[in-house]
Amino acid sequence: MNELTEFEVKGLNFYYSGNVHALKDIGLPVYKNKVTALIGPSGCGKTTLLRCFNRMHDLYPGNKYEGEILFKGNNILSEDIDLIDLRSRIGMVFQKPTPFPMSIFDNIAYGLRLKGIKKISDLSERVERALNHAALWDEVKDKLHANAYELSGGQQQRLVIARALAVEPEVLLFDEPTSALDPISTAKIEDLISNLEKEVTIIIVTHNMQQAARISDWTGFMMLGDLIEFDRTDRIFTNPSQKLTEDYITGRFG
Amino acid sequence: MPLQYKKNPVDFIFSATTAAASFSVIIFIIGILYVLVTESSLAIEKFGIVKFLTSTDWDPVKESFGALTNIYGTVITTFLSLLIAIPVALGIAIFVTEIAPNFLKGPIGAAIELLAAIPSIIYGMWGLFTLSPIMSKYVEPFLKEITAGVPFVNVLFQGTPMGIDILTASVILSIMIVPFTASISRDSFNLTPAIVKESAYAIGATKWEVIKNVVIPYSKLGVFGGIVLSLGRAIGETMAVAFVLGNNHRIATSLLDAAATITVTLANEFAEADKDIYLSSLFYLALALFVMSFITLAIAKFFLIKAERKYSR
Amino acid sequence: MTREQRRKVEGFIAMTLSTLAALTGLFWLVFILGDVLVHGIKAMDLSLFTNDPAPAGIEGGGLRNAFVGQLMITICATLIGVPIGVLGGTFLAEYARGSKLSRIISILSDIMVSVPSIVIGTFIYAVLVKPLGHFSGWAGAIALAIIMVPVVLRTTEDMLTLVPWTLREAAFALGAPYYKVIIQVVYRGASAGILTGILLSIARVAGETAPLLFTSFNNSFFSVDMNRPVASLTVTIFQYAMGPYDSWHTQAWAASLVITISILMLTVIGRLLIKGRHFKG
Repeated sequence: MNELTEFEVKGLNFYYSGNVHALKDIGLPVYKNKVTALIGPSGCGKTTLLRCFNRMHDLYPGNKYEGEILFKGNNILSEDIDLIDLRSRIGMVFQKPTPFPMSIFDNIAYGLRLKGIKKISDLSERVERALNHAALWDEVKDKLHANAYELSGGQQQRLVIARALAVEPEVLLFDEPTSALDPISTAKIEDLISNLEKEVTIIIVTHNMQQAARISDWTGFMMLGDLIEFDRTDRIFTNPSQKLTEDYITGRFG
Repeated sequence: MPLQYKKNPVDFIFSATTAAASFSVIIFIIGILYVLVTESSLAIEKFGIVKFLTSTDWDPVKESFGALTNIYGTVITTFLSLLIAIPVALGIAIFVTEIAPNFLKGPIGAAIELLAAIPSIIYGMWGLFTLSPIMSKYVEPFLKEITAGVPFVNVLFQGTPMGIDILTASVILSIMIVPFTASISRDSFNLTPAIVKESAYAIGATKWEVIKNVVIPYSKLGVFGGIVLSLGRAIGETMAVAFVLGNNHRIATSLLDAAATITVTLANEFAEADKDIYLSSLFYLALALFVMSFITLAIAKFFLIKAERKYSR
Repeated sequence: MTREQRRKVEGFIAMTLSTLAALTGLFWLVFILGDVLVHGIKAMDLSLFTNDPAPAGIEGGGLRNAFVGQLMITICATLIGVPIGVLGGTFLAEYARGSKLSRIISILSDIMVSVPSIVIGTFIYAVLVKPLGHFSGWAGAIALAIIMVPVVLRTTEDMLTLVPWTLREAAFALGAPYYKVIIQVVYRGASAGILTGILLSIARVAGETAPLLFTSFNNSFFSVDMNRPVASLTVTIFQYAMGPYDSWHTQAWAASLVITISILMLTVIGRLLIKGRHFKG
């Protein structure tokens, strides 16, 4: 394995407020510029794990991390991490499209403006680049100042991806990004994710095993807060080492 | 799930500002209570609580003040107006939710909301100029005539029909309360799940039976809360009754007599009170009104919260 | 009569009664609005808006002082009440979301919405008029602002709650601090609803009379000094309608028409606005 790692997760335990032990001693590498998929039945902790990478859990009181996630050699779980900086380097795309109630242009420019970019020419250039990147430019170039809610669901999801890309993050987290979309839109998003992997590291949580098989290089299978198995995607789907993994991917439960 | 916001200084300032703004509501309530108690302390000392609430005196010359005539006026006009308003409001709510054809539901609902938005002073003035003459010329003589021979009831309609009396005030108050009560009841009725109604229709119930046996039982908590809320509103209403109640401090037995509610007394006498004890007694009245309506509204809110919990299950 | 027939007759009677109730409600609406319209239009006259009142009992004159006074008091009340209400609602729906404190303030606000407005008048009299020794426009505006705050606060809270939570998370995920999330994303999403709440609260206080009776009081002369007694349409209506002169009654009708139309327009605009909002409840 001569791949570079982006994250190194070590001995990660996570407790929701009320001491609910949601992640149990998780350890895995996340490889740079690869797609890592997290699969498993509902409630297995895959989304919980995903939300550790940008410390989304810090929004709610009483949540507790143990262990470490190393990112560029720093533990991002430590107290003195600047969350605003962290989150501007690690983008996130949610289950349902989350366009902000503003124009298409302003949506993409939002993160840029947060970073202090004000010049309209810079903004325009980077908005166009982000939309191109997300394969949405041709569809919206004539209505950049239309309200983002006028777009279709699939377009909204690509808009949100463009918004995340605009700030040029090093990592993108996807939380079941296609579960609310139709098959055609899903295919477009999957293509997009496959193309993005050259530039960013991607972690994707998905319910859909075929999706994981299609787009990811590495797959982690989780159950009840444990990481049961982590390996190359082709191995997980053809020759898993754990009985539980095999049962799950052959559809015996879940 | 409150967020942790203290990390960013601007966020801390913004959150503290919003917190202060929301605490203003608590400050208003405590402030009103505190100020009213302080201002009425003179009267509280002189008349006590029980004596003030049970005395029918209201005599600025002798400087002797009691709240009973005002409380009586408030209670009787509120009671009468709800007596008239509740059936009408429920009828409207039933009509709008269950009977009206779909294309009428919206417009009639909107009309009711508009009626609720008209300020009370318009009701009051209209009552004085339009309703009061109608009452004194037609309605009140008619009521007098038909009740003339009926023992006990005839007492209610003794005296000359002047149109400036308890009855007219109650009618105006009820017209004002109806849209409010109707709109809350309608919202409660609308929460009955369609599937529950459908299953009642499916066993052959008539529309009225579905309303009577399914919709009303299902929404009774909310409707009851709405009625108590209307009661709270009626207790505190000033302008709708100020024009047509007269300002008469006595316990009237006839509905054709003038009377005074707490609110009407305050509206008419507050700016003119020339002696400390007079003004202090008026503050005491305001305190009594505040406590009465606060308790009523709290009870209403209690039922509405219970109803809300029930529906959300 | 068979049992089935009896049931049907009972149903028919009940349906008829509630239809009649609805017609009664509409009848009053038409009657009151029609009456205000007919009398008001008859009394409508340009001099009503351009002249100040003539001496009592003398024909002519207008209500310019009351129109201007009403506007001043309402605008000042809005400028005080709306920011407090919106910010307070923000605390309940955002920073204190789901907490017991938020719930308590929310319930107390609901109660405050219906507290008798005349009581608020007496409160302001005690804290602002008595100590300063004179009635003033500010006292009236603050009394109205106190009535507005809980109304605006509760609608703001409700409207912010309707904005999907994931929208906030999406903004956080881009690295925005909470106050920027609220101001730039959440407020935008709830803007139509909040604006409706504001318009309805203005409609509510613009028709208030009782809290002005002994705060801003009345002034038969034109004055834009908020530190002195200021005339308002509503208090003028009360005074004129109860007064002995026909010319006063006529002007009271005209003032009623103006105020009713303004309030109904605010209400209708408010209701239309909320129909176009993004997030439906």
